[in-house]
Amino acid sequence: MAVENVNVSFSVNGVQKCSSVEPRKLLVHHLRDDLGLTGTHIGCDTSQCGACTVMVNGEAVKSCTVLTVQVEGSQVLTVEGLGTMQQLHPIQKGFWEEHGLQCGFCTPGVMIAMVNLLDSNPNPTDEEIRDGLEGVICRCTGYQHIVNAVKHAAQLIAESKKLEIMPIGEGS
Amino acid sequence: MNGMVGTRTKRKEDPRFITGNGHFTDDIHLPGMTYAAMLRSPHAHARIVSIDVSEALQHPQVLAVYTGQDLLNKMKSVPTYWYVPGCNLIAKDRNPLAIDKTHYVGEGVAFVIAKDRYSARDAIELIEVIYEELPVVVNHEDAMEEGTVLVHEDVPNNIAFHWKPTSVPDEVFEQAEVVVKQRFIEQRLIPNPMETRAAVAQYNAGSGDMTLWCTSQNPHIHRNVYADVLGISEAKLRVISPDIGGGFGAKIGVYTEEALTAYAARDLNCPVKWIEDRHEHFMATNHARDEIIDVELAGQKDGTMTAIRVRNIANLGAYVSTMGAAVPTLCFGLMAPGAYDISLAGVEVIGVYTNTTPTDAYRGAGKPEAAYQIERIVDLFADSIGMDPVEVRKKNLISKEKFPYNSAMGCVYDSGNYHEALDIALQMVQYEEFLKQQEELRKKGRYLGIGFSTYVELCGLGPSKVAGATGFQGGLWENATVRVHPTGAVTVFTGTCPHGQGEETTFAQIIVDKFGVPLESIEVIYGDTQIIAQGWGTYGSRTTAVGGAALAIAADRVFAKAKKIAAHELEVSEDELNFERGVFSRKDLPESKRTFIEIAKSANMSWNLPEGMEPGLEAQAFFDPENFVFPFGTHICIVEVDVKTGTINLQRYIAVDDVGNLINPMVAEGQVHGGIAQGIGQALWESAVYNEQGQLVSGTFMDYTMPKARFLPKIETAFTQTPSPVNPLGVKGVGETGTTAAPPAVVNAVMNALQPFGIKALDMPLTPEKVWKALQKEGTKVDS
Repeated sequence: MAVENVNVSFSVNGVQKCSSVEPRKLLVHHLRDDLGLTGTHIGCDTSQCGACTVMVNGEAVKSCTVLTVQVEGSQVLTVEGLGTMQQLHPIQKGFWEEHGLQCGFCTPGVMIAMVNLLDSNPNPTDEEIRDGLEGVICRCTGYQHIVNAVKHAAQLIAESKKLEIMPIGEGS
Repeated sequence: MNGMVGTRTKRKEDPRFITGNGHFTDDIHLPGMTYAAMLRSPHAHARIVSIDVSEALQHPQVLAVYTGQDLLNKMKSVPTYWYVPGCNLIAKDRNPLAIDKTHYVGEGVAFVIAKDRYSARDAIELIEVIYEELPVVVNHEDAMEEGTVLVHEDVPNNIAFHWKPTSVPDEVFEQAEVVVKQRFIEQRLIPNPMETRAAVAQYNAGSGDMTLWCTSQNPHIHRNVYADVLGISEAKLRVISPDIGGGFGAKIGVYTEEALTAYAARDLNCPVKWIEDRHEHFMATNHARDEIIDVELAGQKDGTMTAIRVRNIANLGAYVSTMGAAVPTLCFGLMAPGAYDISLAGVEVIGVYTNTTPTDAYRGAGKPEAAYQIERIVDLFADSIGMDPVEVRKKNLISKEKFPYNSAMGCVYDSGNYHEALDIALQMVQYEEFLKQQEELRKKGRYLGIGFSTYVELCGLGPSKVAGATGFQGGLWENATVRVHPTGAVTVFTGTCPHGQGEETTFAQIIVDKFGVPLESIEVIYGDTQIIAQGWGTYGSRTTAVGGAALAIAADRVFAKAKKIAAHELEVSEDELNFERGVFSRKDLPESKRTFIEIAKSANMSWNLPEGMEPGLEAQAFFDPENFVFPFGTHICIVEVDVKTGTINLQRYIAVDDVGNLINPMVAEGQVHGGIAQGIGQALWESAVYNEQGQLVSGTFMDYTMPKARFLPKIETAFTQTPSPVNPLGVKGVGETGTTAAPPAVVNAVMNALQPFGIKALDMPLTPEKVWKALQKEGTKVDS
């Protein structure tokens, strides 16, 4: 209570942010409550569900277990920075086209985790996708359409690479 | 017509979710917002000696701390909503906060309002409660014993109700050629939608208007109850369900926290937000199942099943929750004979209070339990007479000629072709081939098993007269308004409240086919009690079967008016018009035409309407179905059990479902997949566990195993389509099929794999430890 706020500076979706936050404030709360980026969700308090997954310096992390002060100087990517309706990221297209979501609550975190997977493994098998989904829980889909969505996204990325178009949000 | 119904149409709702623009309750941020947190009882049963909130109140960010005493005579307690008659129901209503005594771990004791989330949590730690612990009763069978702990002092033997609508004489069982008996434990489950419960309340002290955003599957029910609890006119309380991150039944319930949030917003005259964390969800949101089910099946050596008798002892938890009395009685009991032509059925249900979290509806609600006991006992019956379980099913499944079928429990099953679904599933699995493979592998010490589930379930709740006769405190009709704007854009208002099932799309598909307007021009609105006069929400697979039906009728009314206007403008009678792809044209002069969109403009401008016609193009319809609908199907599971470790490997899962006509096969498939995942979850992993002190030891995702992607096999699905005669769409309801069908399919498969070891029955969840222990005990019978 009595601890003073600290200044934190980092980039979110390519925009530099400077904030004064409580040292104990979780990144997910800062993103949602202070920066208004409510696409990142909170589904649990044990880092099991992955709904809060964001990218920090190109690596998927659970923003409910990261203190805001820890991302000082980092580049953070949330679902809002993934793509726009005019230019959807391949993972977003994949989820839409292959019915990879139902209630949509876990979806932002799942998509970010899967972007991370596809960065390191551009052509994953069903098995590898299911393994890659270890850090997330979806209660609606039974995962099968998520697996299809990720495969579809992988294909779209491969096609876009052929055309030498870099998909948005790849790497950092 | 465009024929969009029946196609795999991409969902309209997805763009907002995939771009992070969903709008869930916790995303709402209002000027001057304050935050609530609940102090919960750490004891399952304790007298509250004293509560000292003084230190919490000194916290600079804290605005208020409420205790049960503070709220006496200011708020009513929260009641149950289904007073099932004929069972001497003693319902105990929930106080907003515990007053003298706490009844389960997680019951609210004090409610803190602070200027920010973290301070609200901090302040909870500053409240000092002195408890005097009381003896605890957790198990429902123990709770019924004489002289045991009483959860409520005025409820003898903790028995909340005793329901016995039908019975079968002892002689029937005494004289039967074959009788199989088995006790099945339906373990306690926690629904766990990924979004926990949440509420935001805003009060206008000038107008007296209260707006409550909350995670509700049925905002009108919540409005009706909370208005009464808070002493606010229904007209002044607006309940809004924004985007909801899954419900699965947990968000049907009427709770105390949502009402408290609204109370505090009014009391403090500032917006209040309460967000349940996951640990609280485990403790405080309604649990499910938790029943001890004893089954006796009578039959003949030739495989004919003649009578079933079921006794279900249901753990209600510390209170009768919203639907708490109906789930184990009506929802379970009416489906006890399953999909079989059994002429005699006796059902008895005892609802029992314990020092645990209340139980209520969870995906399927009663029907999964019914399907489980009948599908398991059928396998045990087949085993006892040495007959193939498929043959027993074929012999006893209700044949298609018998529909509509009057069941021994008094239900009229609307339509069905149960044998066809079974046959297709058998073809998909290649049963004969599997049996050969199973035999060969057994010789090599590998144990495969196959399990069948030929289920039927009661869905599409349901006729209002049945609701009234069975004590439900609401109607079960549904309503829809279809409004066509001057541009031809269409807004649909429905009293149902989807939360992930995709009805924004499926309802729009129906409108596309009715009017020939593009999908993009249709908006489906739900979840707001100020915009929709009344509705009864989403549960029991009723959204499309009842709400969609109301929508179709309203759309037909709109279309009839549009056609009258078109005939007037084209100067012919209505009979002389064609309508195709959104265009009315004269049969005799096809080039003389009006589009539906042009008619929308005409109707709304009202410059030249038929004599006496009211302006506008809008209609409302109320649909009260004459009966429930009964989806059915066959699921087959193949597993391999590693007899050295007890590990179960799911090899194949086949689902053939008949949910009536399909509006969007892709969405239906998604519902089937999700339901199966939850059903498999129950069969193999999920379980809410209390210790003897009433502590919930499975209180986080660390201790409660949720199905993850790599746990599950690829699910092979197929549909047959037997239209339901009880609604104009011929639909049945798909959301609960998988959860109902999967547990017995999986458990039957495991039991089939363990057959050589003489293991006939194990209770869910079939954890490796449980299977391994059973093998250690029985394993000596067979060399493995």
